[in-house]
Amino acid sequence: MRYLDEYRDGTASQRYAETLRAIVTRPWTLMEVCGGQTHSIVRYGVDEMLPPGVTLVHGPGCPVCVTPVGILDRAFRIARRPGVIFTSFGDMLRVPGTCDDLLHVRAEGGDVRVVYSPLDAVAIAEREPDRQVVFFAVGFETTAPANAMAVKLAATKGLRNFSLLVAQVRVPPALEAILAEPECRVQAFLAAGHVCTVMGTAEYQPLVERHRVPVVVTGFEPVDLLQGVAMAVRQLEEGRHEVEIQYARVVRPEGNAVARRALEEVFEVTDRSWRGLGPIPRSGLGLNARYAEFDAERRFPDDAPAAREDPECRAGLVLQGRLRPQECPAFGGRCTPEHPLGAPMVSSEGACAAYWLYRRRRAVAAPAAAPADAGAKAEAAAGAAAAAGAG
Amino acid sequence: MGELACPVPLPAGGRILLAHGGGGRMTRELVERLFVPAFRNDALAVLHDAAVLEPPGSALAFTTDSFVVHPMFFPGGDVGTLAVNGTVNDLAMSGARPLWLGLGFILEEGLAVDDLARVVASIRSAAHAAGVVVVAGDTKVVERGKGDGVYITSSGVGAVVAKRPVAPDRVRPGDAVLVSGPVGQHGVAVMAVRDGLQFSSPIPSDCASVAPPVMALLEAGLDVHCLRDPTRGGVATVLNEIATQAGCEIVVHESAVPVGEDVAGACEVLGLDPLYVACEGRFLAFVAPGEAEAALALLRARPDTAAAARVGMVAQAGTPGLVTLKTRAGGERVLDLLSGEQLPRIC
Repeated sequence: MRYLDEYRDGTASQRYAETLRAIVTRPWTLMEVCGGQTHSIVRYGVDEMLPPGVTLVHGPGCPVCVTPVGILDRAFRIARRPGVIFTSFGDMLRVPGTCDDLLHVRAEGGDVRVVYSPLDAVAIAEREPDRQVVFFAVGFETTAPANAMAVKLAATKGLRNFSLLVAQVRVPPALEAILAEPECRVQAFLAAGHVCTVMGTAEYQPLVERHRVPVVVTGFEPVDLLQGVAMAVRQLEEGRHEVEIQYARVVRPEGNAVARRALEEVFEVTDRSWRGLGPIPRSGLGLNARYAEFDAERRFPDDAPAAREDPECRAGLVLQGRLRPQECPAFGGRCTPEHPLGAPMVSSEGACAAYWLYRRRRAVAAPAAAPADAGAKAEAAAGAAAAAGAG
Repeated sequence: MGELACPVPLPAGGRILLAHGGGGRMTRELVERLFVPAFRNDALAVLHDAAVLEPPGSALAFTTDSFVVHPMFFPGGDVGTLAVNGTVNDLAMSGARPLWLGLGFILEEGLAVDDLARVVASIRSAAHAAGVVVVAGDTKVVERGKGDGVYITSSGVGAVVAKRPVAPDRVRPGDAVLVSGPVGQHGVAVMAVRDGLQFSSPIPSDCASVAPPVMALLEAGLDVHCLRDPTRGGVATVLNEIATQAGCEIVVHESAVPVGEDVAGACEVLGLDPLYVACEGRFLAFVAPGEAEAALALLRARPDTAAAARVGMVAQAGTPGLVTLKTRAGGERVLDLLSGEQLPRIC
């Protein structure tokens, strides 16, 4: 298939791997931000093509993984209401809340439907005026414009039975939070190509300058990733820190003006809590005052007690690149895709799912580079804490 | 039996009623006016409690399967073609020539008789194409809302023609793994109609009998060790089953697996892996290494398997039960079982 096969090509991949070997002189640790990139890396064995010393750690860019348990539980309560049609993208269905997931809600009689676009949910609302249709608006800046369009369309059509349960998050504040951690060992980021397709690159400039960290906006195929790593390593080796675009066939520095306008018309920046990471200021989007009537949390108010995450799940450390999935004491034992403790084990962009699916049955080599001391200590402490908890 | 000779067709535009499954006059009308004329043959025409059949003079293969698909009709087939080809293909996978089918219909009250007639016509032509005869059947009707149009259970009997058993325990290190054509078509076709996905041209299911090419392989005397049709769970799932049953490791080359451009595109958009998407008219063959090229040449010379490909091999020494994929990009990964169905992803 054009525009895909050439980016999965073995010869081109090898060429970039060789380029890397030629320029690298010491160990570097890079974080790929997006869960889609993580899956590509593990699936195609991109990490195994890197020269010794160049380490990729997996980032927080899995929207399913970072959706807080509280919102999930809220989603389940709304989906259980008679008269509600709860619509969602497919990969939210298996994600566990406190004690359920949407597949179970559906099995118990909730009307839960998978849609491929939020506009499909608007169409359902139009077809079934006597039912309340809720769309689970999960995602980074990538999904926000389409969700904004759905709200605008519902408003134009005067639909009173359509709403969004919003769990929209923003990438740059999460990267700030990761860099602010004293144990952080990330020296460069491969930023998520699709997020930047919408938002452009300007948001990353302050981050680059403040933390002197290279950011390379990177695509999702093996050749993209290897080229992105090569660009980031070249910056590190040359002592530069800039925003560069590897994914130039899709991303423009100014982003997509139409998509951003839609997003800005409907949403406003809010504080949000991330599953595993906790509250991060200005890290989310919420419906603004003009479109507040489409907010499912207002339409279906409840005062259920705050939800609690499973203390055994180390997803927070995994999402910050501080713990590799297979190093988690619960991985493959207490936590499997059939019985997940946390979202990264079931999301199609979750790091734990990637290692389970593609690496489980063979010994995964330890990270090629010895992690910085602080990182190693954090991992050891996490393991000890989890072991103590399990005991 | 006189009225059977010239059946009056069922009235068009009618609906299936509970009484059609009650065993009385309306049941008889349905059987005599719809099923018997469509599947006309001596064994069925007796309308006794069981078909009496002459043994073919070889070992028999026997299998049963149930078919529930929503929607009932999809590009390239319907629940009827599936019910015939699914069972016929299971027989072929055991090295048997399909002979006879028995069909159990569970109909939902309110089903349009025209839709049932369309399914029956599909069964008739699929059975004809597969060279199989419908010799027994049954019909029940469930209340509206308790079924999904038509459910069909089909059982089949075949005559084993393979000279040596065709089964996972005959898989040996070094065996070549062949696939008979592009994979993932059926799953994408059904998903597209089920979820109202619009492609510029509809992707048809590959639903078909694989008995003819399989019989050709066996009749050519090629040393076929194992056959399996990659239905539910697709190629990846079936390879895992065989690796486990045969106690061997299978290595697959991603770039060698044929996937149609349209199916690859649809899977890419939906975030699905075509290796896990169902086929209904393809098979995998494990063939002795010395005869792999001959088997591939034979398949490629036939129009129904012209796109057959050699996709991998059984490792000489490896981890029993493991399937490894050599990726297009030059890496390597485990090709594992999925824990449930594939779900389309967010972004």
